[in-house]
Amino acid sequence: MAEQMRVVTKDIEIPGIDTLAVYQAHGGYAALRKALAMEPVAVMEEVKISGLRGRGGAGFPTGMKWSFLAKGSSKPTYLACNADESEPGTFKDRMIMERLPHRLVEGVLISAYATGTKTAFIYIRGELKQAARQVGRAIQEAYDAGLAGKNIMGTGIDIDIILHRGAGAYICGEETALMESLEGKRGYPRLKPPFPAAAGIYGGPTVINNCETLSTVPLILANGGAWYAGIGTEKSKGTRIFCVSGHVNKPGNYELPMGTPLRTIIDDYAGGVLGGKRVKAIIPGGSSTPMLDASKLDIPMDYESVAAAGSMLGAAGVIVLDEDTCIVGAVLRMTEFYRDESCGKCTPCREGTYWLVELLERLEHGGGRGSDIALLRDICDNISGKSFCPLGDAATSSIISSIKLFADEYLYHVTQGRCLVGEGARQAIAAH
Amino acid sequence: MISDAIKAKMLAVAERYPERRSAMLPALHIAQEAEGYVTPEGMQAVAEVVGCKVDEVESIVSFYSMYFAHPVGQRVVKVCTSLSCYLRGCDRVMATLEHDLGVQRGHTRADGAFTLLGVECLASCGTAPVLQLNDEFIEQVTPERAAELAREWQTQTAAPPSA
Repeated sequence: MAEQMRVVTKDIEIPGIDTLAVYQAHGGYAALRKALAMEPVAVMEEVKISGLRGRGGAGFPTGMKWSFLAKGSSKPTYLACNADESEPGTFKDRMIMERLPHRLVEGVLISAYATGTKTAFIYIRGELKQAARQVGRAIQEAYDAGLAGKNIMGTGIDIDIILHRGAGAYICGEETALMESLEGKRGYPRLKPPFPAAAGIYGGPTVINNCETLSTVPLILANGGAWYAGIGTEKSKGTRIFCVSGHVNKPGNYELPMGTPLRTIIDDYAGGVLGGKRVKAIIPGGSSTPMLDASKLDIPMDYESVAAAGSMLGAAGVIVLDEDTCIVGAVLRMTEFYRDESCGKCTPCREGTYWLVELLERLEHGGGRGSDIALLRDICDNISGKSFCPLGDAATSSIISSIKLFADEYLYHVTQGRCLVGEGARQAIAAH
Repeated sequence: MISDAIKAKMLAVAERYPERRSAMLPALHIAQEAEGYVTPEGMQAVAEVVGCKVDEVESIVSFYSMYFAHPVGQRVVKVCTSLSCYLRGCDRVMATLEHDLGVQRGHTRADGAFTLLGVECLASCGTAPVLQLNDEFIEQVTPERAAELAREWQTQTAAPPSA
C-alpha cells in the first residue's frame, strides 16, 4: 500500500506513544519548550507563515483567527479545543485523542501561550469515553511533569487545561453552541456578532480551534512554518487526514498532502470500491457537504478544487457510495440525522428538517408525488441561510445536490414506487 | 442515592472551572453513573452544586441525548444508524439485535436486562457498522457478529455487567 505522509499523525504507530515517556523519547514537548522561549507574537507569526487553516470544516486561517482576539479586554482570554467530533463521515479527532493524546495537549499548550490564554478547555464529545480517558490521562501526566499548570518548565508561565465532556448533541460542534454548553447551558447557537474573538466564553475573548488543527501546531513549531507551507498546494497548505468510509475495501484515516486526487485516496489508500463496483457518488467532506458524481473522481482534494467542483472539503470525511446505492434512501438517512440533531432554536431548521424527512420517506416508500421534488427544493430554500447557525444549511446540501445529479432516481421513485437500484428495486414497495 | 461522596466528587469538579455553572454536564455525568439514570434526587444535587434551580437542570437533561431521565436496562446498546454505518448494513445489525434480544429499538426489555437504541453517527465510520455497549465501542459488527454478541450478553445476564 502507498505510504501516508505523516505530520499530525507522526509516530502514531509507535507502541506506547500515548504515554508521556514514549512521546518525549520521540521528541514530544520539545516544540513547547521552543515556543515558550519565543515571544507569543512570534509563535503566532510562525503559525501564520505555515498557512494552516482550520480542520473542523470552515477552513479559516488559524494564525489570523488568533490575531483577531480582542486586546485590552478586562476579562481573561480563553482557548477551547473543539473535539466534539460528530459529523457523519468524520472520525479523525477520535483517533488523535485515543492514540496521540499528548500531541493534542502539547498543541493546546503552545496555542494557549501564543494567544495569551491561561485557561484552555478541551471539549470532547460525550460519546467518546475512551478518547476522554486518554486525553485526561495525558493532561494529568503533563501536570505531574511540570508541562502544564503553574510555572510550566520553570518559565513562570501558567496554563490550566480543563477537559470537558459533552453529553450528546451534534450542535455543540458549532462554536457558539459549544461555548453555551461549556457554560452549563443548552447548546443553542448565539447570534454573531459579537464573535467569540471579541466576547466568547464567560464574555472573555475566545479562540476555538478544532482538535486536528491544534494537534498540527507542535509540528509547525518544531519544523518551522515555512516547512509546513511547503506541503500541499499554494492555497491549501499542509496535510489533511482524509477519513474514508462507505463502500470501500479499506475504510480508515489516511493523512496525505492537500491536493491529493480523490481517485488516489479511494483506489491507492482505501483499497478501491467494495466488490469491484463502480462509484456512483462521493460526499467529499462529511455529510454536510454536497454530493459529487463519479465524473469528479479526479479532482485534487484541496479547499479550492473541491469548491470549484461544487462541494466543500469540509472536515475531509470522504463517503463513497457505490452504483447499487439508492440515492433517495441514502439522502433520507442523512436528513434524519439533521432532523434529530436540529437544536430546535430556529423554526426554519426545526420544522423544515422534519418535513424534509416526511417527504423523503414518502418517496422512498412508494407514496411520493410528482410535486414532492419541487416541494423538497422549496423547503430547502426556506431553511438555507434563514437560521442562526449552518446546521439547517447543511441539511439541504445532500438534497439539493442529489436532485441535481440524480433526478432520475427521484422520478423513478415517484412513477414506479420503488428504488431504481439496490435491494429496494426488487420489491414492489421499498421496505428498507 | 446521591451519597456525600458523590456530591463531594461533583463539588471537586465544579471547583476546577472559572464559573461553577460550567460543571453542569460533568456533574450530571457523575449523577447518572452513580444511579444509572438521572433521578430527581440527582438533579437536585446537581442544582445545589452548580447553583441554579432544579428546573434548569431538568431542561439540560432533556436537551442532551446521553442523559436518561428514566431507568434504563442493565446493558444499554446503542447502534449507530447514520450514513456510513447504513451503507455497511447497520439496519440488518439492528434487526438482528431486535430479534435476538427480544426488544424493539427505543425500548427497554421488560426484565430490565437491555435497552436498545438507534443513535446518530458515533465517529467510527471507518469501522462501520458500530455499536456501543454501555458507552464502550464494539466495531465492525456484521449481522453474524451481532447475533454472537446477543448470545454472549444473554448468557452473562445472571452475572454483573462487565462494562
